[in-house]
Amino acid sequence: MSQQGIAREAEQGRDVGPGLGLEGHEDTSRGLRSYLIGFALAVGLTAASFWAVQTHAIYGPGVPVALAALAIAQMGIHLVFFLHITTGPDNTNNVLALVFGVLIVFLVVFGSLWIMSNLNHNMIPMKMLMDMQR
Amino acid sequence: MSAVSSFSPVDPNHLGHNDLSRETEWDTPGRGEGGPASKSVIVSYGFWIFLLSDIVMFSAFFASFQVVAGNANGAAPRFDLSNLAVETGCLLLSSFLCGMASLCANRRRLFGTEIFLLLTGILGAVFLTLEIREFVGLIQQHQGPADGAYYSAFFALVGCHGLHVTVGLLWLGTMMAQIAAKGLRPDMLRRLTCFSLFWHALDIVWVAIFSLVYLMRFAP
Repeated sequence: MSQQGIAREAEQGRDVGPGLGLEGHEDTSRGLRSYLIGFALAVGLTAASFWAVQTHAIYGPGVPVALAALAIAQMGIHLVFFLHITTGPDNTNNVLALVFGVLIVFLVVFGSLWIMSNLNHNMIPMKMLMDMQR
Repeated sequence: MSAVSSFSPVDPNHLGHNDLSRETEWDTPGRGEGGPASKSVIVSYGFWIFLLSDIVMFSAFFASFQVVAGNANGAAPRFDLSNLAVETGCLLLSSFLCGMASLCANRRRLFGTEIFLLLTGILGAVFLTLEIREFVGLIQQHQGPADGAYYSAFFALVGCHGLHVTVGLLWLGTMMAQIAAKGLRPDMLRRLTCFSLFWHALDIVWVAIFSLVYLMRFAP
């Protein structure tokens, strides 16, 4: 009853909760395919990350960038294929919440790194400070 | 169907809105177009908000770790790469099997759901065992949480994720028992949806941890 209700809501263009996009469909082949594709892509990206740090094929300073790119790609794979977040009109609220969360995460992480590197750059090193106070 | 006419002796005034017999039967006019969203949508959306706030909390741990790691001149050890690979594989496969469990639950396959949940839990427990073994090894090498800022930040971040996995395993065990006792009722399906969202979100956090905390140390 409940799951059919969700399928009906999706057809009527109403909201669908995260993780509910595949429910209410009688055949699970679509859901299974989604999980299998997601799993294969996630394994591939994980393997690529492990390969990137062990190979010499990548220009050294580029490795951290490659790791970050692979990590972000894999998070996207998880969101799409495991959490079933889509760009459809029934997912607008889920995507909006996600975008706000990502904004806060970026503000916290890059804001902290920026402020701390700025402090590192502009403040007197501790040793020099100690010498001055003598 | 109006909310007043169906009298329920358990909750006559529908304070909890949890009348199980009327799940998602919303054709009430006058409360927005077609009435409010179904309970499963509201529950999973609310849990999604919680997960995002949990990820915001993890981002604060990440920020402090990155700041400290950037100033730790070679203090960090070279972690065991094969141990990390096994940990990552366990958690990823566990996440996949959790998805299989929710597919089984959608088809009301009680036995399949329980089996896949059990496998999910076993792989989660293997992950946790490997992580604890790694932590014990680090502490024995005097690289524990009290041995410098880098390790404090490392144990706070990775330990917080491990704590989430532990709580998730407790939740999983409770829910397996509940599903066995009560069957795949609509409220159990909602809990299962929340659990699978939680488990997938933990895997997302782990992706960030193994890439940015562990593998970054191996970058030339």
